[in-house]
Amino acid sequence: MSGFDQTLLDDADETVRVQLTVNGRRVACEVAPRETLVDCLRNELELTGTHAGCEMGACGACLVQLDGRAVHSCLMFAVQADGATINTIEGLSETGVIADLQAEFHRRNALQCGFCTPGMLVNAHELLSQVAQPSREEIRDALSGNYCRCTGYEAIVDAIEAVAQARDQGGGTK
Amino acid sequence: MKARAFSYFRAATIDQALDAHARAGDDARFIAGGQSLVPALSLRLQAPRLLIDITHIDELRGVRRDGGYLRIGALTRHCEMLSEPLIAEFAPLLHAAAPFVAHPAIRNRGTFGGSVALADPASEFPAMTLALDAEIEIAGPSGSCRVKADDFFLDLFETALQPGELITAVYVPLFKADQRFAFDELARRRGDYALVGCGMLATFTGERVDDIRISFFSVGNTPTRVKGAEATLIGSSLEAERIAAAQAALEGDLAPPDSDEVPPAMRLHLARVLLGRMLGRLGEGA
Ligand SMILES: Cc1cc2nc3c(=O)[nH]c(=O)nc-3n(C[C@H](O)[C@H](O)[C@H](O)COP(=O)(O)OP(=O)(O)OC[C@H]3O[C@@H](n4cnc5c(N)ncnc54)[C@H](O)[C@@H]3O)c2cc1C
Ligand code: FES
Ligand code: FES
Repeated sequence: MSGFDQTLLDDADETVRVQLTVNGRRVACEVAPRETLVDCLRNELELTGTHAGCEMGACGACLVQLDGRAVHSCLMFAVQADGATINTIEGLSETGVIADLQAEFHRRNALQCGFCTPGMLVNAHELLSQVAQPSREEIRDALSGNYCRCTGYEAIVDAIEAVAQARDQGGGTK
Repeated sequence: MKARAFSYFRAATIDQALDAHARAGDDARFIAGGQSLVPALSLRLQAPRLLIDITHIDELRGVRRDGGYLRIGALTRHCEMLSEPLIAEFAPLLHAAAPFVAHPAIRNRGTFGGSVALADPASEFPAMTLALDAEIEIAGPSGSCRVKADDFFLDLFETALQPGELITAVYVPLFKADQRFAFDELARRRGDYALVGCGMLATFTGERVDDIRISFFSVGNTPTRVKGAEATLIGSSLEAERIAAAQAALEGDLAPPDSDEVPPAMRLHLARVLLGRMLGRLGEGA
């Protein structure tokens, strides 16, 4: 991927080989440069927990962790992620780091159809790893880029707040 | 929707990036955070044949003191505006503006240089470079130069940047002990673009304003300094009548565009309300 080559301009449809560490596993895939990361995760790697909603950065359904930070996988091309470490909702679930968040979402009906839930969880996970005891205001602010068409958010904020308190008292799975 | 097919080149140095752009002519775009460019490509508002990824260029990274300035590398991400101690200390106006820029995940990728290069009139950071009297460092095929923010923003999405030129850094004069700043915006919903927003930086002797720069965003085709309002405040101690005079002066300083959603008169009213609030806070030492 280094060293400029004039021929790059002449064959815009060629595919590029990208190497990623996804959910702890090293993977390689061939992608066209125009393929977004969310499409690569879903179509090439069959990790369909990451959802594509607006594909414009507005709804948050596509959030993943890239090198440890939450990003919209619809707002980057897979080629840009070459060499990066990505955690999707599948990886975060498998390792158990968000088990308490998932349980609390379930307990409080913080989801109905579940379309927005992976993004909500990725976002909540990042928030709680940066701010141990966020206020409700801070939780709302962090979720301001995540749309949910079902629940009305109150239960989601409740769930995240409850997990923050439980973790603070040593009761979380963290 | 999906972007039209393009080629991708990851540049390792500024020279490589400039060279690639020169060879591709108008058919190339630099990509930094991609938080504005990727949606534009997906909507096919733009369809370049080559994307030049500048995010692996080390020369564009880093925040450091340089003489009387803070040099903020173009690739400094919006989230770093919040976490970088040098910015909190020496460019507190940028630190104050950062939480208003989009949502956390977008702040994790969007870059300061990208925001200034795009020059969206509704964006926070371009307007703040005006309030701060910052200088924009530009590298092009014929070398490097620094342009004052006052001379950088020309028209809607139009800047002094020529196609194929890169913003390498922004130089912000170091914040001083006799200065005060304020930032605020009115938006319908947290994280949305502002209906009206404003940042200001003033230098005081005691309670007297020696110098003040006030910049609005979301009120015209470019970020806008309100020089009439500034002039009414110089030499004042931000007394109520001087603040009222500054609010009145906005009529001549701002020409909000016509829009169905927010009529110009309403935007001007909101600008006056915001200015009054912020000058009040500045008087209290904010
Ligand atoms: C849902 C959503 C909400 C948003 N809300 C806000 C908001 O409230 N306020 C706000 O300010 N922004 C907002 N943004 C935009 C976001 O902040 C972008 O990060 C920013 O405008 C552009 O920075 P970028 O690094 O992502 O640039 P890119 O998208 O990579 O590039 C933008 C343009 O600048 C050019 N460019 C990039 N870097 C350079 C450089 N160093 N030199 C020369 N040219 C360069 C590119 O070629 C391109 O034309 C929002 C975006 C989204 C998707
Ligand atoms: S699909 Fe990425 S934000 Fe909506
Ligand atoms: S649970 Fe259906 S969109 Fe949120």
